Amino acid sequence: MRKDIIIKLENVWKTYLMGEDNYVHALRGVNLEVRKGEFLAIMGPSGSGKSTMVNSVGCLDVPTKGKIYLESHDISKLHESDLAQIRGRMIGFIFQQFNLINTLTALENVMLPMIFQGMIPEERDERARELLEHVGLGDRMHHRPSELSGGQQQRVAIARAIANDPEVILADEPTGNLDSKTGNVVIDYLRKLHKEGKTIIMVTHDSNVAKAAERREYLKDGIIVKSL
Amino acid sequence: MIKDYFILTFRSLRKRKIRSWLTMIGIFIGIASIVALIGLGEGLRETINSQFGFLGTDILAITASGGLGPPGSGVVDSLTDKELNELKRVKGIEGAAGRIMESVKIVFNKKISFSYAISLPDGDDRKILEHVMTMEAQKGRLLEDGDKNVVFLGSMFFDKDNTFGKIISPGSKVEILGKEFRVIGIMEKKGNPMLDSVVFMNEDDLRNLVDRPKDEYDIIGVRFSESADINKIKQNIEKRLRKIRDVKEGEENFAVETPASMLEQVNSIILGIQIFVYIIAGISILVGGIGIMNTMYTAVVERTKEIGIMKSIGARNSTVFTLFFIESGLLGTVGGIIGTIIGFLAATGLALIGRLILKSELITAYFPMGLIIGAILFSFILGSFFGTLPAIQASKLNPVDALRHTK
Ligand SMILES: Nc1ncnc2c1ncn2[C@@H]1O[C@H](COP(=O)(O)OP(=O)(O)O)[C@@H](O)[C@H]1O
Ligand SMILES: [Mg+2]
Repeated sequence: MRKDIIIKLENVWKTYLMGEDNYVHALRGVNLEVRKGEFLAIMGPSGSGKSTMVNSVGCLDVPTKGKIYLESHDISKLHESDLAQIRGRMIGFIFQQFNLINTLTALENVMLPMIFQGMIPEERDERARELLEHVGLGDRMHHRPSELSGGQQQRVAIARAIANDPEVILADEPTGNLDSKTGNVVIDYLRKLHKEGKTIIMVTHDSNVAKAAERREYLKDGIIVKSL
Repeated sequence: MIKDYFILTFRSLRKRKIRSWLTMIGIFIGIASIVALIGLGEGLRETINSQFGFLGTDILAITASGGLGPPGSGVVDSLTDKELNELKRVKGIEGAAGRIMESVKIVFNKKISFSYAISLPDGDDRKILEHVMTMEAQKGRLLEDGDKNVVFLGSMFFDKDNTFGKIISPGSKVEILGKEFRVIGIMEKKGNPMLDSVVFMNEDDLRNLVDRPKDEYDIIGVRFSESADINKIKQNIEKRLRKIRDVKEGEENFAVETPASMLEQVNSIILGIQIFVYIIAGISILVGGIGIMNTMYTAVVERTKEIGIMKSIGARNSTVFTLFFIESGLLGTVGGIIGTIIGFLAATGLALIGRLILKSELITAYFPMGLIIGAILFSFILGSFFGTLPAIQASKLNPVDALRHTK
């Protein structure tokens, strides 16, 4: 495996069994390489397997068949406890529905990944504050998600995604629930992270949004059909 | 880290305030009734311990009737002077004093009442008895060697609501079995109805009054060194008395009561009452526990998405388990703390009412520290126990499936 490749998928299949003898193939032999520091957009129609692919890269799910390499380690056959470990340290997720925890404040949401990694309280408190300042929410730290706009919530999610300083950011339709103006703000932050050297994989429907990326891959029926 | 988990858990409990409280009701009731009961039982035991009948706790009582039946009530073979002297020589015994006890008719203010008269020995034995019974005079003075035709009375006689319709105080003259006695003092209130209505007399006075021969006793109190093995002494005494009285083992016409054996009887009565209520409390705790389990299962379903989110940002299965486990433990603990407070208040209130109605100091509530800590610890364990299965279920959720969960 080439040294500058951080993520590599080799003939990755994901098959769901829906009732008796009804197999749904979400991925049908995906091959993909992502360079370190690359900004990649994954496009394709709904149900084409984009989320499934991103989730398997992010160690949330294991493929039915094939291999996934993360920094040259094969993660396709690891157990949940190891996956959780890698996920917590190397991956930052950003979701379409923001997925913040409603009972916690913005600050606490950002601290959570650091709590799970056992970071000491003073450090993580300071870092969480810095990160929220960084995404322009220094004055909203003690607000709960329900007291924030969609764009603000997504910025909290960005801060949370980079809390443990991961190598890879996985953004699954990060602008899907936002209007184009607030969506652009979010994309600008992703660009900024890209400039700082993070590897970013972003799923999107929107070709305008996809322009922010260096490369675009098109997925259809669980397989990559086109690359730009 | 655990501290953070507690904070996280606390947040989610607070969000579901009403359901959390409802869940805890079962635990409240169970723990409250257990705490109240043990508190009252312990109170009773404590009073009995501290006001041990006509004895003290480092004293053995030998009666000729057997059992706890009041001596002097038609006793078959009274204890004798000879037996008393033999007992003094039994190994481990420091001293022994004989006493007699009679049911007497008392007349005062033209009204009649019946009570027990008990003799007090002369000399050192008197001092020892006064000490072990913590006898003190609230009015007048205690009896002394050489006092004649005087009595020392239990506190009930000094009560304005006594059966004579008039307070008896030091200096009053009372008629006992037709003979006039002067009251020399009133004992401090003991809270024990039998002790508070007793008539103390010097031994010679009582013997003359009821015409009992010089060498007869109804009860012999034996004092032993603190280091001695009480059961061993009891066996020695029994062996010696069987020999003197020429009776076989199992056919004794006497009884040796140790404080322990008396306490056992009291305890077994308390226990009998308690078992019944424990069963009810146990059922309510079980229901409470199942309530916690149900709430936790609901919480797992409701928070499936949240579990997915936490896993996506690095929470491990063990982390998720711990969070839910703490949550159910906390439900149990808070329920237990509140239950303990309710139980404490209920028992204290009941004891107060009981004292007012029955006019007996025997009814008190007593809460040893161990009971309080034990009750709270128990409810924590209970909550955790019933939360274990839901917590395992939460921890095993597949992250992607959990994230796809709507809401
Ligand atoms: N847990 C699952 N169980 C069954 N089918 C699933 C599951 N997850 C995804 N699928 C199916 O796999 C296909 C791809 O889904 P997904 O990756 O979410 O697509 P996309 O993100 O491109 O819209 C869809 O047909 C979807 O219904
Ligand atoms: Mg999707």
